[in-house]
Amino acid sequence: MNRPNDLILRTTTQLIAFILLGFSVYLFFAGHNAPGGGFIGGLMTAAAFILMYMTYGFEKIEKILPLNFRILAVTGLLIAVLSGVGSFVFGEEFLSHSFGYFHLPILGKTELATAMIFDLGVYLVVVGITLTIILSIATDSHEDPYEDAGV
Amino acid sequence: MLEEFGSQLLSVVIIVCYITLAISILLLVIRAFKGPSNADRAVAIDTIGVNMMALTGLVSIQLVTDKLNDVVLLIGILLFIGTIAIAKFIEKGVIID
Repeated sequence: MNRPNDLILRTTTQLIAFILLGFSVYLFFAGHNAPGGGFIGGLMTAAAFILMYMTYGFEKIEKILPLNFRILAVTGLLIAVLSGVGSFVFGEEFLSHSFGYFHLPILGKTELATAMIFDLGVYLVVVGITLTIILSIATDSHEDPYEDAGV
Repeated sequence: MLEEFGSQLLSVVIIVCYITLAISILLLVIRAFKGPSNADRAVAIDTIGVNMMALTGLVSIQLVTDKLNDVVLLIGILLFIGTIAIAKFIEKGVIID
Protein backbone atom coordinates (compact mmCIF):
# COMPACT_ATOMS: atom_id res chain seq x y z
CA MET A 1 0.00 0.00 0.00
CA ASN A 2 1.28 3.45 -0.82
CA ARG A 3 2.35 5.62 2.06
CA PRO A 4 -0.34 8.24 2.77
CA ASN A 5 0.69 11.87 2.89
CA ASP A 6 -0.78 13.26 6.10
CA LEU A 7 1.53 16.22 6.67
CA ILE A 8 -1.37 18.66 7.14
CA LEU A 9 -3.01 16.43 9.74
CA ARG A 10 0.27 15.96 11.63
CA THR A 11 0.95 19.70 11.68
CA THR A 12 -2.54 20.83 12.69
CA THR A 13 -2.91 18.14 15.35
CA GLN A 14 -0.06 19.73 17.33
CA LEU A 15 -2.19 22.89 17.62
CA ILE A 16 -5.67 21.41 17.78
CA ALA A 17 -4.87 18.89 20.52
CA PHE A 18 -3.82 21.71 22.85
CA ILE A 19 -6.93 23.74 21.98
CA LEU A 20 -9.04 20.69 22.80
CA LEU A 21 -7.28 20.18 26.14
CA GLY A 22 -7.81 23.85 27.01
CA PHE A 23 -11.47 23.63 26.03
CA SER A 24 -11.87 20.52 28.19
CA VAL A 25 -10.43 22.35 31.21
CA TYR A 26 -12.83 25.24 30.52
CA LEU A 27 -15.79 22.84 30.32
CA PHE A 28 -14.68 21.12 33.54
CA PHE A 29 -14.67 24.39 35.49
CA ALA A 30 -17.79 25.80 33.77
CA GLY A 31 -19.99 23.04 35.20
CA HIS A 32 -22.46 23.37 38.08
CA ASN A 33 -24.15 26.55 36.80
CA ALA A 34 -23.56 26.39 33.03
CA PRO A 35 -23.24 23.61 30.44
CA GLY A 36 -20.17 21.55 31.25
CA GLY A 37 -18.92 19.49 34.15
CA GLY A 38 -16.75 16.47 34.78
CA PHE A 39 -18.39 14.12 32.32
CA ILE A 40 -18.22 16.24 29.20
CA GLY A 41 -14.81 17.63 30.20
CA GLY A 42 -13.46 14.10 30.49
CA LEU A 43 -15.00 13.19 27.15
CA MET A 44 -13.28 16.20 25.54
CA THR A 45 -9.90 15.21 27.02
CA ALA A 46 -10.42 11.69 25.71
CA ALA A 47 -11.23 13.16 22.29
CA ALA A 48 -7.95 15.10 22.32
CA PHE A 49 -5.98 11.97 23.26
CA ILE A 50 -7.76 9.93 20.58
CA LEU A 51 -6.93 12.59 17.98
CA MET A 52 -3.26 12.28 18.98
CA TYR A 53 -3.45 8.47 18.84
CA MET A 54 -5.08 8.61 15.39
CA THR A 55 -2.47 10.98 14.01
CA TYR A 56 0.78 9.66 15.42
CA GLY A 57 0.02 5.98 15.98
CA PHE A 58 -0.13 3.85 19.11
CA GLU A 59 3.56 3.32 19.84
CA LYS A 60 4.61 6.99 19.75
CA ILE A 61 1.86 8.25 22.05
CA GLU A 62 2.43 5.27 24.34
CA LYS A 63 5.98 6.64 24.78
CA ILE A 64 4.84 10.27 25.27
CA LEU A 65 1.89 9.47 27.55
CA PRO A 66 2.89 6.45 29.66
CA LEU A 67 -0.39 6.26 31.59
CA ASN A 68 -2.28 3.12 32.51
CA PHE A 69 -5.82 4.34 31.91
CA ARG A 70 -7.37 1.53 33.99
CA ILE A 71 -5.50 2.78 37.08
CA LEU A 72 -6.68 6.32 36.18
CA ALA A 73 -10.32 5.19 36.17
CA VAL A 74 -9.98 3.42 39.52
CA THR A 75 -8.25 6.49 41.03
CA GLY A 76 -11.13 8.68 39.88
CA LEU A 77 -13.67 6.31 41.40
CA LEU A 78 -11.72 6.39 44.67
CA ILE A 79 -11.71 10.22 44.68
CA ALA A 80 -15.46 10.31 44.04
CA VAL A 81 -16.19 7.86 46.87
CA LEU A 82 -13.87 9.68 49.28
CA SER A 83 -15.59 13.00 48.50
CA GLY A 84 -18.84 11.32 49.53
CA VAL A 85 -17.37 9.72 52.64
CA GLY A 86 -15.78 13.05 53.63
CA SER A 87 -19.20 14.44 54.52
CA PHE A 88 -19.32 11.98 57.46
CA VAL A 89 -16.51 13.96 59.12
CA PHE A 90 -18.85 16.95 59.47
CA GLY A 91 -21.78 14.82 60.68
CA GLU A 92 -23.73 15.12 57.43
CA GLU A 93 -25.33 12.50 55.22
CA PHE A 94 -23.45 10.62 52.49
CA LEU A 95 -22.57 12.77 49.44
CA SER A 96 -23.64 16.04 51.10
CA HIS A 97 -21.90 18.98 49.48
CA SER A 98 -21.18 22.54 50.54
CA PHE A 99 -19.81 25.72 49.02
CA GLY A 100 -18.31 29.00 50.12
CA TYR A 101 -17.05 32.29 48.77
CA PHE A 102 -13.34 33.03 49.05
CA HIS A 103 -11.07 35.88 48.02
CA LEU A 104 -8.33 34.47 45.80
CA PRO A 105 -5.27 36.56 44.80
CA ILE A 106 -5.88 36.93 41.05
CA LEU A 107 -9.44 35.74 40.49
CA GLY A 108 -11.05 37.93 43.18
CA LYS A 109 -14.25 36.68 44.82
CA THR A 110 -14.67 33.06 43.78
CA GLU A 111 -17.23 30.41 44.59
CA LEU A 112 -15.54 27.15 45.63
CA ALA A 113 -17.75 24.07 45.93
CA THR A 114 -16.84 20.64 47.30
CA ALA A 115 -18.86 19.15 44.43
CA MET A 116 -15.78 19.99 42.34
CA ILE A 117 -13.89 17.13 44.04
CA PHE A 118 -16.64 14.71 43.05
CA ASP A 119 -16.52 16.17 39.53
CA LEU A 120 -12.77 15.56 39.39
CA GLY A 121 -13.43 11.90 40.17
CA VAL A 122 -16.04 11.72 37.40
CA TYR A 123 -13.54 13.40 35.02
CA LEU A 124 -10.83 10.81 35.71
CA VAL A 125 -13.28 7.90 35.45
CA VAL A 126 -14.59 9.12 32.09
CA VAL A 127 -11.09 9.64 30.65
CA GLY A 128 -9.92 6.24 31.88
CA ILE A 129 -12.95 4.22 30.77
CA THR A 130 -13.27 5.88 27.35
CA LEU A 131 -9.62 5.43 26.44
CA THR A 132 -9.54 1.87 27.82
CA ILE A 133 -12.53 0.88 25.66
CA ILE A 134 -11.30 2.56 22.49
CA LEU A 135 -7.66 1.48 22.77
CA SER A 136 -8.53 -2.12 23.64
CA ILE A 137 -10.76 -2.28 20.57
CA ALA A 138 -8.24 -0.53 18.32
CA THR A 139 -5.11 -2.42 19.37
CA ASP A 140 -6.54 -5.90 19.42
CA SER A 141 -3.45 -7.60 18.03
CA HIS A 142 -0.90 -5.78 20.21
CA GLU A 143 0.72 -7.28 23.26
CA ASP A 144 -0.81 -5.91 26.45
CA PRO A 145 1.97 -5.20 28.97
CA TYR A 146 -0.48 -4.90 31.88
CA GLU A 147 -2.45 -8.03 31.16
CA ASP A 148 -0.30 -10.36 33.24
CA ALA A 149 -0.31 -7.99 36.22
CA GLY A 150 -4.07 -8.30 36.46
CA VAL A 151 -4.88 -4.59 36.44
CA MET B 1 -45.00 48.67 15.73
CA LEU B 2 -41.66 48.04 14.04
CA GLU B 3 -40.40 46.00 16.99
CA GLU B 4 -43.50 43.84 16.93
CA PHE B 5 -43.05 43.25 13.21
CA GLY B 6 -39.40 42.35 13.80
CA SER B 7 -40.13 39.71 16.45
CA GLN B 8 -42.92 38.20 14.32
CA LEU B 9 -40.60 38.10 11.31
CA LEU B 10 -37.89 36.40 13.41
CA SER B 11 -40.23 33.68 14.64
CA VAL B 12 -41.49 33.01 11.10
CA VAL B 13 -37.93 32.92 9.73
CA ILE B 14 -36.84 30.48 12.45
CA ILE B 15 -39.68 28.10 11.57
CA VAL B 16 -38.84 28.33 7.86
CA CYS B 17 -35.19 27.55 8.69
CA TYR B 18 -36.22 24.52 10.77
CA ILE B 19 -38.21 23.15 7.84
CA THR B 20 -35.34 23.78 5.41
CA LEU B 21 -32.85 22.04 7.68
CA ALA B 22 -35.22 19.10 8.12
CA ILE B 23 -35.50 18.67 4.34
CA SER B 24 -31.72 18.96 4.03
CA ILE B 25 -31.10 16.32 6.70
CA LEU B 26 -33.66 14.00 5.09
CA LEU B 27 -31.90 14.23 1.71
CA LEU B 28 -28.54 13.64 3.40
CA VAL B 29 -29.87 10.55 5.19
CA ILE B 30 -30.98 9.18 1.81
CA ARG B 31 -27.47 9.88 0.47
CA ALA B 32 -25.88 8.19 3.49
CA PHE B 33 -27.97 5.06 2.91
CA LYS B 34 -27.71 4.84 -0.88
CA GLY B 35 -24.31 6.48 -1.50
CA PRO B 36 -22.49 4.45 -4.17
CA SER B 37 -19.12 4.71 -2.41
CA ASN B 38 -18.02 5.05 1.18
CA ALA B 39 -16.64 8.55 0.54
CA ASP B 40 -20.17 9.71 -0.34
CA ARG B 41 -21.43 8.34 2.97
CA ALA B 42 -18.62 10.08 4.89
CA VAL B 43 -19.44 13.44 3.29
CA ALA B 44 -23.16 12.93 3.96
CA ILE B 45 -22.61 12.15 7.65
CA ASP B 46 -20.25 15.13 7.97
CA THR B 47 -22.87 17.45 6.49
CA ILE B 48 -25.58 16.04 8.77
CA GLY B 49 -23.36 17.14 11.63
CA VAL B 50 -23.01 20.64 10.16
CA ASN B 51 -26.81 20.81 9.91
CA MET B 52 -26.99 19.74 13.56
CA MET B 53 -24.74 22.65 14.52
CA ALA B 54 -27.04 25.02 12.60
CA LEU B 55 -30.06 23.50 14.35
CA THR B 56 -28.47 24.10 17.76
CA GLY B 57 -27.76 27.70 16.80
CA LEU B 58 -31.38 28.17 15.72
CA VAL B 59 -32.64 26.73 19.02
CA SER B 60 -30.38 29.12 20.92
CA ILE B 61 -31.83 32.04 18.89
CA GLN B 62 -35.38 30.87 19.55
CA LEU B 63 -34.84 30.44 23.29
CA VAL B 64 -32.84 33.72 23.53
CA THR B 65 -29.99 32.12 25.46
CA ASP B 66 -26.21 31.96 25.10
CA LYS B 67 -25.80 28.69 27.02
CA LEU B 68 -25.88 26.65 23.82
CA ASN B 69 -22.82 28.29 22.23
CA ASP B 70 -20.53 25.76 23.92
CA VAL B 71 -22.69 22.97 22.54
CA VAL B 72 -22.19 24.23 18.99
CA LEU B 73 -18.42 24.26 19.51
CA LEU B 74 -18.53 20.79 21.07
CA ILE B 75 -20.51 19.31 18.16
CA GLY B 76 -18.02 20.88 15.75
CA ILE B 77 -15.01 19.36 17.51
CA LEU B 78 -16.52 15.88 17.80
CA LEU B 79 -17.56 16.08 14.14
CA PHE B 80 -14.01 17.00 13.14
CA ILE B 81 -12.57 14.00 14.98
CA GLY B 82 -15.24 11.70 13.55
CA THR B 83 -14.53 12.89 10.03
CA ILE B 84 -10.81 12.30 10.48
CA ALA B 85 -11.51 8.79 11.79
CA ILE B 86 -13.76 7.94 8.82
CA ALA B 87 -11.24 9.40 6.35
CA LYS B 88 -8.39 7.41 7.88
CA PHE B 89 -10.50 4.25 7.85
CA ILE B 90 -11.26 4.70 4.15
CA GLU B 91 -7.62 5.49 3.37
CA LYS B 92 -5.74 2.90 5.46
CA GLY B 93 -8.28 0.45 6.86
CA VAL B 94 -7.23 1.00 10.48
CA ILE B 95 -7.99 4.00 12.68
CA ILE B 96 -5.28 3.71 15.34
CA ASP B 97 -2.14 2.02 14.07
